[in-house]
Amino acid sequence: MTLLTVENLRVTFPTRRGPSEVVRGVTFTLGRERLGIVGESGSGKSQTGRAILGLTPPPGMIAADRLSFDGINLLNASRAEMRSLRGGRMSMVMQDPKFSLNPVMTIGSQIMEALKFHGHSSRSEKKARAIAMLEAVQIRDPERVFRAYPHELSGGMGQRAMIAMMLVTEPDLLIADEPTSALDVTVQIEVLRILDRLVADRGMGLIFISHDMRLVSSFCDRVLVMYAGRVVEELKASELSRAKHPYTQGLLNCLPKLDNDVRPLPTLNRDGAWAL
Amino acid sequence: MIDIRDLHVTFDGGVRAVRGVSFAVARGESYGIVGESGSGKSTVLRAICGLAPTSAGHLLIDGKELTSPRSPDFYRRVQMVFQDPYASLHPRHTVDRVLSEPLAIHGFTDHETRIERALTEVGLGPSFRFRYPHQLSGGQRQRVAVARALILEPQVLLLDEPTSALDASIQAEVLNLLDRLRTERGLTYVMVSHDLAVVAHMCDRLLVMQHGQAVEELTRDALRAHQATTPYTQQLLAASEGYKPAPVQ
Repeated sequence: MTLLTVENLRVTFPTRRGPSEVVRGVTFTLGRERLGIVGESGSGKSQTGRAILGLTPPPGMIAADRLSFDGINLLNASRAEMRSLRGGRMSMVMQDPKFSLNPVMTIGSQIMEALKFHGHSSRSEKKARAIAMLEAVQIRDPERVFRAYPHELSGGMGQRAMIAMMLVTEPDLLIADEPTSALDVTVQIEVLRILDRLVADRGMGLIFISHDMRLVSSFCDRVLVMYAGRVVEELKASELSRAKHPYTQGLLNCLPKLDNDVRPLPTLNRDGAWAL
Repeated sequence: MIDIRDLHVTFDGGVRAVRGVSFAVARGESYGIVGESGSGKSTVLRAICGLAPTSAGHLLIDGKELTSPRSPDFYRRVQMVFQDPYASLHPRHTVDRVLSEPLAIHGFTDHETRIERALTEVGLGPSFRFRYPHQLSGGQRQRVAVARALILEPQVLLLDEPTSALDASIQAEVLNLLDRLRTERGLTYVMVSHDLAVVAHMCDRLLVMQHGQAVEELTRDALRAHQATTPYTQQLLAASEGYKPAPVQ
């Protein structure tokens, strides 16, 4: 079943030297699965995620042949319609909890705020759901975290609290933009386990944006590889090692590996033709 | 060459960042320190450099105890490359100024030739000499940071996560550069990283740290063969292989 259809998505920012297109004709569909988008900085992967949610920062402009979420055309949705979808049926987890949580609100009231905007329930009901959600992201002492301010939490805890906030409304689509890059490797795996279970249990669609090939190939079902605003290759995560595009191959090869190491490391020779 | 014995670092306010770490690095060796954030791995490097207060223990280089503050001679021999090339270069200084400062401090007179040579050695070339950091990419900035550290011709480079702010393809280039420079000049490296694969690529031996303490010391071959003896290192090794679904309970 198709949850999200993106056809020929373009994101443009005006600059002094004329418009600069950072996403150039991205097309994909998403079902209830885990889709990875990988690429290096500046490849347009985050802007793709933001454009879907209507979060392209002004003065950026988006255009597409089709952008629909569960039958709703997102291209001509009003601001109010977008607002009711965003945080409700589709939400986004950002990279760094330090910058994405409100520093002067407790975690509990931030999670309850999400529920206030989407659906009607009593305060005690909201609190119960918030606590249950904090438990679901494996926070050991949810009552304490509920009352805590962001600065009182570690990075891993903050990231889990943010995931709880995004998932408490039970969205159908979650866009996670580098949700684990600010975390230590061992915590990273725990956070991925939580996301994995939620996708499986709730039948959510997940777009996982990352620069980490190793992580994406082991976590997602399908992978889009982006370069200079375009999808250069789309393949099953399990078949990443058989990638055909020289950019994907180069990205995989230039990582140092624990076993069978090569010296010097192969470097990526960028071909001007890839960006055309 | 470097001998660290029972190093303790306690910051004002009583935070004990490093609690009794000892290791020794031979001349020409490349030594890695691995750990997660807050493990004290960077603090060890900063303590060697004199940027963090040493509350107990001994730091020796070539058998001689380091003086506090460090002597100018120390900085001729030991230099550091920092993690974030976006933060460690002065935004309003040109590459030329960044590179001439250490030369002026240490009383060198042949700035011209040394700067051009340093830039050529890190693969940038003299044309980059009068650029500002914002006119450089992340990888180019880190090359400038390496050139700045190397311009005094030190024997030891302390590398604090030199590639963690860089894209994978640029990381490969910078690691190759560091590897080549070490072979050519017989440098000694102490490199801090959270990435086991990077350390395995760059270092002959490594120390795993957790909560300010040394967990275990391993050789590169032992790491490759997954012969970690402590549960923590095994956990790190497993995590570095990527995501695996939780075992069904």
